[in-house]
Amino acid sequence: MDYEVVIGLETHAQLNTKTKLFCGCSTQFGAPPNTHTCQICIGMPGVLPVMNKAAAEKVLRIALAMHCDIDQNTFMDRKSYYYPDLPKNYQISQSHSNLGSDGYVDIVVDGKTRRVGIDNVHLEEDAGKLIHPEGRDVTYSEVDLNRTGTPLAEMVTRPDMRSVEEARIFMEQLRSMLMYLDVSDCKMQEGSLRFEASISLRPFGQEEYGPRVEIKNLNSMKAVVKCLEYEIQRQSQLLDEGGTVQQETRLWDDDAEVSKLMRKKETAQDYRYFPEPDLHPVVISDEWLDEVRESLPELAHERKQRYQESFGLSEYDADVLVTDQALGDYFEQVAQASGDAKSSANIILTEILRELNERKAAIDALGLPPERLAGLLKLAKDGTISYNIAKEVLGEMISSGEPAETIVEKKGLKQISDTAQLETIIDEILAENPAAVEDLKSGKKQAFGFLVGQVMRKTKGKANPKVIHQVLNTRLKD
Amino acid sequence: MAEIYELTAHQLREKILAGQVSAEEAAKSYLDRIERLDPTIHAYVTVDAEGAIARAREIDARLARGEQPGGLCGLPIAVKDNICTLGIRTTCSSKILENFVPPYQATVVEQILAEGAVILGKTNLDEFAMGSSTENSAFAPTRNPWDTTRIPGGSSGGSAAAIAADLAALAFGSDTGGSIRQPASLCGVVGMKPTYGRVSRYGLVAFGSSLDQIGQIAKDVRDAAILLNAIARHDPKDSTSAPEPAPDYTAALEGGVDGLKIGLPKEYFGQGLDSEVEQAVRAAAAEYAGMGAEIFEVSLPHTEYAVATYYIIATAEASSNLARYDGVHYGHRTSRKGDMIDMYSRSRAEGFGAEVKRRIMLGTHALSAGYYDAYYLKAAQVRRLFRNDFDNALRQVDVILCPTAPTPAFKIGEKSSDPLAMYLSDIYTISANLAGIPGISLPCGFSTDGLPIGVQLMAGPFEEKKLLRAAYAFQEATGHHLKRPALTP
Repeated sequence: MDYEVVIGLETHAQLNTKTKLFCGCSTQFGAPPNTHTCQICIGMPGVLPVMNKAAAEKVLRIALAMHCDIDQNTFMDRKSYYYPDLPKNYQISQSHSNLGSDGYVDIVVDGKTRRVGIDNVHLEEDAGKLIHPEGRDVTYSEVDLNRTGTPLAEMVTRPDMRSVEEARIFMEQLRSMLMYLDVSDCKMQEGSLRFEASISLRPFGQEEYGPRVEIKNLNSMKAVVKCLEYEIQRQSQLLDEGGTVQQETRLWDDDAEVSKLMRKKETAQDYRYFPEPDLHPVVISDEWLDEVRESLPELAHERKQRYQESFGLSEYDADVLVTDQALGDYFEQVAQASGDAKSSANIILTEILRELNERKAAIDALGLPPERLAGLLKLAKDGTISYNIAKEVLGEMISSGEPAETIVEKKGLKQISDTAQLETIIDEILAENPAAVEDLKSGKKQAFGFLVGQVMRKTKGKANPKVIHQVLNTRLKD
Repeated sequence: MAEIYELTAHQLREKILAGQVSAEEAAKSYLDRIERLDPTIHAYVTVDAEGAIARAREIDARLARGEQPGGLCGLPIAVKDNICTLGIRTTCSSKILENFVPPYQATVVEQILAEGAVILGKTNLDEFAMGSSTENSAFAPTRNPWDTTRIPGGSSGGSAAAIAADLAALAFGSDTGGSIRQPASLCGVVGMKPTYGRVSRYGLVAFGSSLDQIGQIAKDVRDAAILLNAIARHDPKDSTSAPEPAPDYTAALEGGVDGLKIGLPKEYFGQGLDSEVEQAVRAAAAEYAGMGAEIFEVSLPHTEYAVATYYIIATAEASSNLARYDGVHYGHRTSRKGDMIDMYSRSRAEGFGAEVKRRIMLGTHALSAGYYDAYYLKAAQVRRLFRNDFDNALRQVDVILCPTAPTPAFKIGEKSSDPLAMYLSDIYTISANLAGIPGISLPCGFSTDGLPIGVQLMAGPFEEKKLLRAAYAFQEATGHHLKRPALTP
């Protein structure tokens, strides 16, 4: 039997602040264990938290971008649970109050807009990491508290997604949104973007939701997709066999690609939330709110639409350009400087992306300022060089750091458009290749291409293809 | 000349600045007395004799170079053992922190060191400041210098006894529901709880975070003002500390009380109040009237709910604040083998005393799903009513005058099996913590058994100056603070 799938997602994004949420320690990833710690983030007796306002502002950016209602007097709560990676045994989080609530994110699925409700967006601190040393006789675990106290935004959707594909698109869009808002680096492999999913099934037409299964330990978007597919399978089968799905929390095993029971509803934890007495509420003044609202950037989906409408780019091309915000910025600068958005997009989507892939570099690290690339495009456009030569010059620009004009000049790469000069060369080629000429005359049209190629070889690619065609056609008619 | 340890802090400071007494002599005078008397009194958990002498010599050297070491120049100070001292073990009188040596300094300790103070050591308390008798110390109870078969009050019993027995020139206490004022009253010394936020809590091991306040215990009112001058300021490390600038508290001591309006809350003179205490406190009011103050009756109508409200808020916060003592990162860890949960529960079962466990359980219950609204949330709402009570009363009068504690010091063991009776020791002090206002206790007489009785003054937020002036006038007129316990040798 087919069931309607109901999916909700909880997302934790590490905020890209320089320092932690309540102390001055660095948030940098990858430092030796327990080196980015102080008495505050490791919860020594007697220490007190001091709010990092930049972190609150980043959550405010997210909440505004998600069209949330903003609590201008929002406060933190303590969430109590015991775990060795949480040195205070409570996490400073939000529950009785949320910085943002009742928002939404619109996603486009099969060309149609679907609205995913956002229950709330709130601020909290991250926990540390347990390390379990390998070995048969090991009876202990180790704790790394570098991550402890890193600011997190938690974003909780309503159960509004109805397919795995919708969930996938939502995650992609959320990731892009967080990058555009400059609030998180969203590196899933470093754990700076983490998802938890909840999923239930119900017969189509049924109003109330089925029992909800929550799944933790999802370390990539791929894992979320796989686990949702697995859960649909598992729950459908249970229902088909006349069984019932239990409300419970499960852990995803990425290697075995199965979910395993973690705890049942009855053993759900009581977190005993209460307002954090060591911190005053975060007061968000009207001025601050307006300032942040005005500073919000154009988001990816808005930019994509503009690229299609103003520049006439295809949906696919626009999509590729906006996926990486820096690449989109670069494209706009090149288009502006060259006055030709179409060829700017073309060269970026082909040559530049190829260069970036080869070098595994980001656009900022390529060492090719947008004005330089625009300069190259101008030379190609006005016929100074051919498009093929342009590709060659581009490589040289990147490796030498010189502008296109200098390289073209130095290497004598200017296009040969002079008919007389090309006639001489073409006559030589025709004389050297009588067989090709014969082939052409007997109707083998591919011989024409061969002859063009020979001309290009002889001129090291500098011959203007248009002129070659003209001259060849005239000569062969004779 | 009197013995150095007999001097008040301000007298000693003058002698040190005049070159009549060196900081080292001062430190040694107190250390000698501690060595002789503290085995009986047990005011200290840790005495840092070596550190104190080295520090005193440093102060002397600075004085010799003509430097000005600050307002607490060479004064030997005792620090309650729930205030973190860099490199000096800070136990909270708990087995769970028996060997905890803080890697950082509490703000108030930094501040007094910057003013030239010498730290003698760390004083005993009820474990994690939970108690009213200092019997809940995991190490040993502190004894009242006026009668060593009696308790000194608590939880800052060690600091109050140290001041009463001349085992320190000044002391820090902490006050969550009366823990400075009640032992000060029972030991016949001056104890002040400043306004919540007036003094930084950074480095004070938290009990009830929204109630906790560090304050001074001193031989007289001027000494209390001197110590407050060193610590009353905003601390960026404590978000709840107040940005208000602090005045010079010693400058305003001598203004007198002529025309001061004093209110006696009728709810504080009812059942449970010892008749000798009532007599002494009413006599204090009469004394004020004689000095030109006007006496009024006022009402604090929600007083009867104070203890109940307090024991929900304080224990709820405590249950969370004490969660970190789990044997994982520092402090006591069980030696028995088991899984993670076993380690947690055994370490805590072995490390905490009965009263602390009782309060953790109470607080955990008050925050539990299904009880939060009825207990914690309701208590948080009721709390506002105490502030309203004080706001209303303090519109009619400048200062509120009442008993500090319902009885003089009781016998060791007398109430230890009856937690509720013990909780009522704080009935007159708790409201000031709930409302966040300042209060001071000062000696106002003695019982027929020769035990000290204290009177409490309370005022509006940040009116410490007003309190100190009123207290100073009374002290100068009566001289109760000059009487010292007879201690041998």
